[in-house]
Amino acid sequence: MSVFDGLKFRKVSSPVHNLDPRAKFFFVCVLFVVAVMFIQLLPLLILFFLPIPFVLVAGVKREWIRSLKGASMLAFIIFFFNFIFNYIYSEYPNIPSASLIEYSLAMTLRFVVLVETFSVFFLTTSPDLLGLALEQSHVPYEFCFAFTTAVRFVPVLADEAQTIMDAQKSRGLELERGNFLKRIKNYIPILIPLIVSAIRRSLELAEAMESRAWGATEKRTNLYMLKLRKTDYALAFTSVFMLIVAILIWRFIPIPPLNTLLSFS
Amino acid sequence: MIEVKDVHFTYPNGVEALKGVFITIRNGDFVAIMGQNGAGKTTLVKHFNGLLKSTRGEILVDGVNTRDVSVAHLARKVGFVFQNPDHQLFCETVEDEIAFALKNFGYKKNIINRRVSWALNLLGLTQYRKTSPFMLSGGERKRVALASVLAWNPKIVILDEPTIGQDYQQKEKLRQFITQLRAQKKTMVIVTHDVEFVAECNPRVVLMTEGKIVADGRADNILTNYDLVTKASLVPPQVTQIFMKLSDLGLPSNVIDVHEARKILLNLSGVS
Repeated sequence: MSVFDGLKFRKVSSPVHNLDPRAKFFFVCVLFVVAVMFIQLLPLLILFFLPIPFVLVAGVKREWIRSLKGASMLAFIIFFFNFIFNYIYSEYPNIPSASLIEYSLAMTLRFVVLVETFSVFFLTTSPDLLGLALEQSHVPYEFCFAFTTAVRFVPVLADEAQTIMDAQKSRGLELERGNFLKRIKNYIPILIPLIVSAIRRSLELAEAMESRAWGATEKRTNLYMLKLRKTDYALAFTSVFMLIVAILIWRFIPIPPLNTLLSFS
Repeated sequence: MIEVKDVHFTYPNGVEALKGVFITIRNGDFVAIMGQNGAGKTTLVKHFNGLLKSTRGEILVDGVNTRDVSVAHLARKVGFVFQNPDHQLFCETVEDEIAFALKNFGYKKNIINRRVSWALNLLGLTQYRKTSPFMLSGGERKRVALASVLAWNPKIVILDEPTIGQDYQQKEKLRQFITQLRAQKKTMVIVTHDVEFVAECNPRVVLMTEGKIVADGRADNILTNYDLVTKASLVPPQVTQIFMKLSDLGLPSNVIDVHEARKILLNLSGVS
């Protein structure tokens, strides 16, 4: 569950928190695209270090590291499978070469880059502002509202899951007992009440909202409006610049594998 | 017997819910834990079956430290009925729901069948044996939750807010039911805000505020102490309030029982 802790927003003020969500999201998307563009270790290593200054400025180091820790298991699996399958299907399956390790590491790092950038984004962007950003990007209000509500109810649901777990444990349920399949089955008594009460809650919420005239006006106005400032434009232009440079490198400059670079020095 | 010795508990988010609680609940005791929201009532009882482990101090259930055994192990002795039945119901039929815990404890099939029938009968649910618990009314769901715990006949029964969302008739049934369980020498612990309900049951009352026990004694002593009760954000029962207002007439102010009140008033009218 610690992965989700690394996505939970906490209200503080920092230069990164104060950035416009649209600019931040654009930056995240560019990092995402660039990460998918390259399969070599060197550019992915650079991408890995890029979000770190943002983490330090925003002061969310602890939560960010927690999200990486949460993702480490999956990262390991990705490395393992990349290594195994590329070894089996490579033309000369006798020697696990350095380049094979490098390739597997690069694929793992690609995943880590995605996790870390999204983690920084969600850690420093309030769900309300995100909803507002969606609205101002002309996404229909219903979708924006559904999105912000979903995000806001995550901690509520987590609390409820804890209570349900306590209730079932009090009836002698042992979650950690049995083999892998049995353990999955152990979660049925937790999941069913959780889903049922989530559905019940959403119906109640819908009724409560309708009785307060939700959707009565066609065109909704907002008290607060997002406005792009100089720093937001700076971030957006940097992102565009990064993307162009990345495309140029990807198109025209062959990237040497890391082991040849290291053997030169 | 439950012995709570200087128990402190702090939630992971830093909220200090219990600040040094001492209490001993003997076998066959009937205890009502009362106090305002956030006083630490539920936190305290969640320690009794090991769902929470104290940050400091220890809890012994029949001499066994709750820290040393699993919740499933303690659950056999300590039955815990949660406030909201929707947090535990998940089976297709009421019957399966009641059998769930029995299966977890590894009882044999014929014993499970017998105990399920017994529990259904005890709570007047026999006609719902094959019904889905989700089709039942709120009060009935609560009774299914209760039956699913009582089915394995735990020595100690904890009820968290048993009267919430129950109509008067249901409450009266619950009261009779508690009396019945007490006759079977069960230890009962209820967590509640319901002053009237407690006044009718007349148990031992443990009053909590801000993570500490501020009073512990007979209901007719505690619920009639106006200052104490208001400190815990409660009010005395209505009968007591009337008698307090009429104390000028020389009426006793420690009455919580309607029948007793009637007797006193009849005496009064007979004399004058």
